[in-house]
Parts: sequence; C-alpha cells; structure tokens
Amino acid sequence: MLNLAPNISDPDGFYEELIRAHEGLDKAQSDALDARLILTLANHIGDRALLSQAIAAAK
Amino acid sequence: MLAERYKTAFQLYPYTRIAAQEGTATRHPVVIVGGGPVGLTLALDLGKKGTPVLVLDDHDGAGLGSKAICFAKRTLDIANRLGACQQMVDKGVVWNVGKVFHADQKIYDFDLQPEAGHRNPAFINLQQPYFEKFLCDAINAAQSAGAPIEIRGRNCVTALENHGTYSTLTVNTPDGSYQLEADYLIACDGARSPLRDMMGLSFDGRVFEDNFLIADVHMKADFPTERWFWFEPPFENAGQSALLHKQPDDIWRIDFQLGWDIDREVELDPARIRARVDAMLSSQAGHVPEYELEWTSIYTFQCRRMKKFRHGNVIFAGDSAHQVSPFGARGANSGVQDADNLAWKLDLVLKGLAEPNLLDTYATERQHAADENILNSSRATDFMTPKSDVSKTFRNAVLDLANRHAFARPLVNSGRLSVPCNYIGFDLFGEDALQGPEGTQPGMACPDAPHLDGYILERLGGEFTLLAIGCMADDLKAHGVLANAVNIKAPSDAMRARYLGAHPCAVYLIRPDQHIVARWPDYNADAVATALKTAIGKA
Ligand SMILES: Cc1cc2nc3c(=O)[nH]c(=O)nc-3n(C[C@H](O)[C@H](O)[C@H](O)COP(=O)(O)OP(=O)(O)OC[C@H]3O[C@@H](n4cnc5c(N)ncnc54)[C@H](O)[C@@H]3O)c2cc1C
Repeated sequence: MLNLAPNISDPDGFYEELIRAHEGLDKAQSDALDARLILTLANHIGDRALLSQAIAAAK
Repeated sequence: MLAERYKTAFQLYPYTRIAAQEGTATRHPVVIVGGGPVGLTLALDLGKKGTPVLVLDDHDGAGLGSKAICFAKRTLDIANRLGACQQMVDKGVVWNVGKVFHADQKIYDFDLQPEAGHRNPAFINLQQPYFEKFLCDAINAAQSAGAPIEIRGRNCVTALENHGTYSTLTVNTPDGSYQLEADYLIACDGARSPLRDMMGLSFDGRVFEDNFLIADVHMKADFPTERWFWFEPPFENAGQSALLHKQPDDIWRIDFQLGWDIDREVELDPARIRARVDAMLSSQAGHVPEYELEWTSIYTFQCRRMKKFRHGNVIFAGDSAHQVSPFGARGANSGVQDADNLAWKLDLVLKGLAEPNLLDTYATERQHAADENILNSSRATDFMTPKSDVSKTFRNAVLDLANRHAFARPLVNSGRLSVPCNYIGFDLFGEDALQGPEGTQPGMACPDAPHLDGYILERLGGEFTLLAIGCMADDLKAHGVLANAVNIKAPSDAMRARYLGAHPCAVYLIRPDQHIVARWPDYNADAVATALKTAIGKA
C-alpha cells in the first residue's frame, strides 16, 4: 500500500532543498530535473503496483 | 496485362501456362495467396505433412528492396524444423552486441549472447529475399521428395467470391484470366492485402507520423558486427535517430528518422542521401569510406491489425492480418509464427482429425501475439518519437540518467527484439502437474538444449511429441492423433535445468509447433490422452 501519511522526517528542510535544486534553471532545465528525479525515486520504490497507486494519488 | 508492382531480387517460380487455365474451375483443398515469407513457410509446412497446397503469387520471385533483415531464433527454429535453416545461418550475419548512443555519448551496450546450449543464435541478419529463396529451395527439395506443393508465379488474384464452405478465385496471368476454387483460402498477401479489401474487411490502428529514410549501402568497412543506434545523432542532418547494422554481402543497413514534414522527393535525391551517409560514416571512421548506395527508400510505419484473423474458410496470416513498425523485428518473425501455428491445425482439420473450430484457436492465439507485438512496437516508436513535450522531457531524462546510472538502462527503448510468443492460459493447453522450471510452462515454446551430439528441438519433429526425461513413455494414439514418444535417459545439464529443475523426471506433451501442452512428474497414459484431446480442440 502506498504510504499517504506524513513520512518525511524534516519536511521543511526537504521542501527547501527541492526548490533550491531548481535555482538558476530555466523552465526546460527544471522540467528535465523533475523528470530525472521522478525516475530516480520511482526506481527506488520499484514495486509496480505502488507506482500505479502513486500516479493515481498524484492526479 | 499483368502489372509488375516491384522488381524481383531472385526469380524463384517462373510463370508457365498450365492446363488448369482452360475449362472448368478446379477445386483445391488449400490455396495460399502470396509467396512472401509467410505464404512460403505455410506451404512448406503443409506440404511436408502431405496436405496438397497451391500458392499463387502475382510476381515470380522475391521482391527487391529494403525489407526485413533481422530474423530471430524462434524463426530459425521453425525453419530448422522445415529443413530451411542451415542455409540461412550459413549466409546470415550473426550478431549479439548492440550499442546505444545519445548524441556523441555511448550510453550503454547490451549483449544478446544467449545462454549456451542452443542450436541457433538469438538473431541473424539476412536480407529478406535470401530468406524467401532458402524457403523456396526447401520447397523444391520437399517437392522432389513427393510433397504436394505447387507455386504458380505471375498468378494475380483479381476477384474473390466467398460461398461460405469454399471460395472461387479469379486469377489473372500473362495469358489472361482463369478461375479456381479453394476449400480453404489463406490470405498471405501482405499489408495491402487485396483479399482483405475484396472481403470488405477493415484494418485499423495507428499511423506513426514519422518518415524513415532507409539506405542499404555496399561498403567494405571494418566496423564491428554490432547494432549501433543513436538517439539525437551528433552527425549532420541525421534526424531524430539513426541506426547502423550489418548484413551479408558487405551491405549495411542505415536508417535515419526524418520526422513528419518532409519532402520525400527532395530527401530521396542521391546526393542528399550521400551527404547524410558521409556524415555518419566519417564521424565513426574518421574519414568517408568508399561505398555505393544499393537501395534507398522512405517509409512511414503503422501498427494495425484485423479484428478477426479467421472469416469462415478464409484465413489471414502475416502482414495481411497485422502490421507493426519494424523496431523490434516483429513483422516477418511473427508472420512465420502465424504459419507455424496454422499449418498443423489446418492439416488436422483437412484430414478429418479435428473440427473446423480448431481454426478459431489459430485466430485467438495469433491475435494475442499480434497485440503483444503491436504493444511492444508502439511503445518503442513512442520512445523514439515522443508525441508531446513532456514525453520528450522524460525520454531525454531516461537517456541522460542511463549514461550515469544502470537503473535507467532498461527504460531505454530502441525496439524490444522479437521473442517467442507464449499462450499461457489459452484453451488448448492442459495441466502443469510438474510445477517445474518457469521457461517450460504449458503454453510456452520449447527452449532448445543440447542432446547427444545435436539439439533437443531437432528430435521433436513436426507432430505431437511425448517427451519423457529420466523416465519412459510410449507412443500414444488418442482421437486418431499420434503422439510420438521421445525418451531421454541421460539429459544434458542444460536440458535438466530447462525441463526438470529439481525434479528427477518429467513428461511433456508438445504440439507440432513445439509449444508445450502440459507436463507431469511421471508418465500416465490417461492424463496424456486427456491433454491431447484438449490440444486438438475436442474439449
Ligand atoms: C523497412 C522494413 C524493415 C523490416 N525489417 C524487418 C525485420 O528486421 N524483421 C522482421 O521480422 N520483419 C521486418 N519487416 C517486416 C517484413 O518485411 C514483413 O513483415 C514481411 O514481409 C511480411 O511477410 P508476408 O509474407 O506476410 O507478406 P509479404 O512479404 O508482403 O508478401 C505478400 C506477397 O503477396 C503477393 N500478393 C499481393 N497481392 C497479391 C494478389 N492479388 N495475388 C497474388 N499475390 C499477391 C505479393 O506480391 C507478395 O509476394 C520490415 C519491413 C520493412 C518495410
């Protein structure tokens, strides 16, 4: 089951780091970074059913 | 007048005027329209079983031009069963290594080198006209040995009247038209299938909005025998992707993906093609090697299939029934499996050993295979030609990551190469009482393995086989159909791994197309007879 309860230990810190990763990037570069990040996280999750649940949850 | 639609590479079945062109129409049990890879395979298979078969083709040999080059192991295994394989493997270029580039970076290579212990390689590259010629050679040899196969070249079917239990065909020849009748009519007449149109049947699917320039180039180059594929190639004017692949006779297949809005006339100008090829070759060799353009053409690709492959006594096989983009080499390779699937079923029906409803399972099994091929081929095409900005962003993210991290490499898709289709869970398959290795479950095609000084697939032949490994089975006849026992006392290690796993012995019932019907931990004649009944559609 996809975990939709709070699960990130330092939410404010994580959020700041995520936004800061995009600093100085134009739209295309930012989109590319997001895509790489999604793919990297998806691979870490791996479980095919969980990935489907995550796509559905994000829609 | 009989129009020539294309030039032939080899004349294989020259036209001769025959007595049947006069007088009343003759009835034939099976008429195959189309002498491409699929029609020829089917004719050879049926003829070798002793079923009379007539092939009509509107030309007199194999068409010239850039068509199939990659033939997969499963196709070679089928050709081997039919006696046409050795020439193919001898002439073909065996390859295993593929390299994938993104611009000027190599992002990874793959090795198809199959596990050891198979007679045939994973793939050979061979020009389609050779493939057809070697099938014809095998047909000639079978004819000499008495197989009732007849091929009539320059016999073009121009009209079809379907009477339900038989069809009447009007056939145009250099000496005018005549008529003949067919109990079973098999349409192997290619993607543009005139028979499909004559029956008013549709052929739905997707056209990919892209043009591919294909240049077959003759050159003596010492590039390795590998498949090189570029996304966003770094050489000038190469388009969205490019491919370089070796064929026999010092011919190289070069593809450029040009996009949708192009002027075909302009792009086919030899000077313009040479400029592209020069840029590609010099970027690899450091200079432009000497070469000649053998054949050039521009293709657009589509994925589509007929809703139903069987329409009573008219049956569609190969490109007439389904069409895929060539990335993955699934066209001819899947069509040959259609023929392999249909031949034994049609043979049993014509011999009165099975009911015509067995032919419905040809349709369900091969429609499933077509869906699988279309799915794979569409996914590859979508990766190569992203249809939206976000799709392109993700595609390039995959390529970027693949260069740095192994995890992204399985996501790179430049064509998933043809592998045998399996029919797990389909009607004609029986029990898995063995619960043995995964690769030999009921529904799957038998994997090869060394046996004595040869290979196991060679022992299976083209009838039902009862393969007993580590135990003994007897020939068994049930419902008029014979299953030949093949007893293997001392299996090779590979045979053991692929068919036994941890079990000391096993019995497999195998169809004439070498798909596994059912398997058991020991020999029980009643269980086999039940499975055999299921396998011929007498549930
Ligand atoms: C560029 C390209 C690359 C490809 N690469 C590969 C690959 O690497 N591997 C692979 O497996 N596949 C590949 N394919 C696909 C492959 O070429 C086809 O799937 C294959 O030719 C289909 O065989 P077929 O026998 O069904 O039809 P065809 O080969 O089209 O044969 C049909 C025959 O019917 C005849 N005919 C048509 N109308 C009539 C009529 N009215 N009367 C009598 N005869 C008639 C035609 O003359 C022809 O001889 C490729 C295709 C292309 C275009």
